[in-house]
Amino acid sequence: MKSLIMIIVSTALVNNVVLSQFLGICSFLGVSQQKKASLSLGLAVTAVLTVSSAVAAALYQFVLAPLGLDYLKTIVFILVIAALVQMVEMFLKKNVHAVYQSLGIYLPLITTNCAVLGVALTNVQNEYTILESVFAGLGTAIGYTVAIVLLAEIREHIDEEAIPAPFRGAPIVLLCATLMAMAFMGFSGLS
Amino acid sequence: MQTVIISTLVIALVGLVLGLALVTASKKFYVEVDDRVTRVRECLRGSNCGACGYAGCDAVAEAIVKGEARVDACPGNSTENIAKIAAILGKEAIDQDPQCAYVQCAGTCEATKAKAQYVGIDDCRAAVLSGLSFMSCEYGCLGLGSCVKVCPQGAISIKDGIAVVNPRLCVGCGLCAKTCPKGIIGMHDRTTKVAVRCSNKNKGPMVKKVCTAGCIGCGICVKQCEQGAITLENNLSRVDPEKCVGCGKCVEKCPTKSIRFL
Repeated sequence: MKSLIMIIVSTALVNNVVLSQFLGICSFLGVSQQKKASLSLGLAVTAVLTVSSAVAAALYQFVLAPLGLDYLKTIVFILVIAALVQMVEMFLKKNVHAVYQSLGIYLPLITTNCAVLGVALTNVQNEYTILESVFAGLGTAIGYTVAIVLLAEIREHIDEEAIPAPFRGAPIVLLCATLMAMAFMGFSGLS
Repeated sequence: MQTVIISTLVIALVGLVLGLALVTASKKFYVEVDDRVTRVRECLRGSNCGACGYAGCDAVAEAIVKGEARVDACPGNSTENIAKIAAILGKEAIDQDPQCAYVQCAGTCEATKAKAQYVGIDDCRAAVLSGLSFMSCEYGCLGLGSCVKVCPQGAISIKDGIAVVNPRLCVGCGLCAKTCPKGIIGMHDRTTKVAVRCSNKNKGPMVKKVCTAGCIGCGICVKQCEQGAITLENNLSRVDPEKCVGCGKCVEKCPTKSIRFL
């Protein structure tokens, strides 16, 4: 139990997927304009990440490892993730249409969100069990959601400030992300 | 050889299982989609560029069918495709002449001066809420760009301290006119030829004091116009676009050049 909590803390804060591993930057910058949209993307990523880590870990443990097909893990994981994203998309379209519309093109893009694949591969690398993998996925997703919602909050405030012309738009957002990453380095003491 | 067969089989099996799962899911989560949305979607460019202001091509296709967006909402779509979309929806290709926004102020940094420096939130609406006028002309453009932020087409920019609309990019949505706290952005039909670029309702001498480009209500344009298209209202000239033929006599004679071709 203690190790599971450690895994969540370490993936969510210490090794934050966006701010210290630099995975999933595309959607991190793309969908952080509004807090509401970023929160729903965070939740969608949470759903995909948690389930995909479980399925990927199970596949690895029961199919790939016994057959000695370790080298196939990347391609199989991509298959799993793509299928799961499709399912989440269908689920959202049917049940939560408003969220489906506000996410737009970024929902199918979770497929290519390298954070999702990155977690599945790191789980294998760290030799996690299935349960540990699920918690690692959940922790990573929490870290991602926290980071993107915080950035969205900052960006909503930036819009009201007088930013010097050369920094307007993407540059100031990148600067904010940098400062956030430096702030998150403070968590490294936790491990 | 065996490795090749095993790995191929494994991938094929995983793919098959996931494929079957997807088929089941798509049946279970099937949503009735308006057939027109799919057909309109096919007539769009499909690059999900986002220039229309919607979250991707699917979203704008739905908006077009619902009537929330114009049939030519997709910028850069070919006229042929726009006609196809119009046919699908049973609409005329162009509903009406699109309108175009124009800024009724010519108070550039040269023409008028700020009487104080504003250091608050970078937004006209916030500046107006502060209750103090920092420009010497209390009617004019503040140049903080609320309209620039709200324009979905990026058609407005701040040049020389005032907002300028690029008529080629403007789609006539009217968001800027609603947003401007000074109410100086007007909408006009594309056929309008001349308009007064000033909103100052004060008498001539008062206007002259604060801006060299303002309408001083002298009435020279009213006398010049052979069509009787220009009238004076609240010390401002007003051009009736239906009577105006665009001869340009008023533009030529205006002493402050506040009446201009669009």
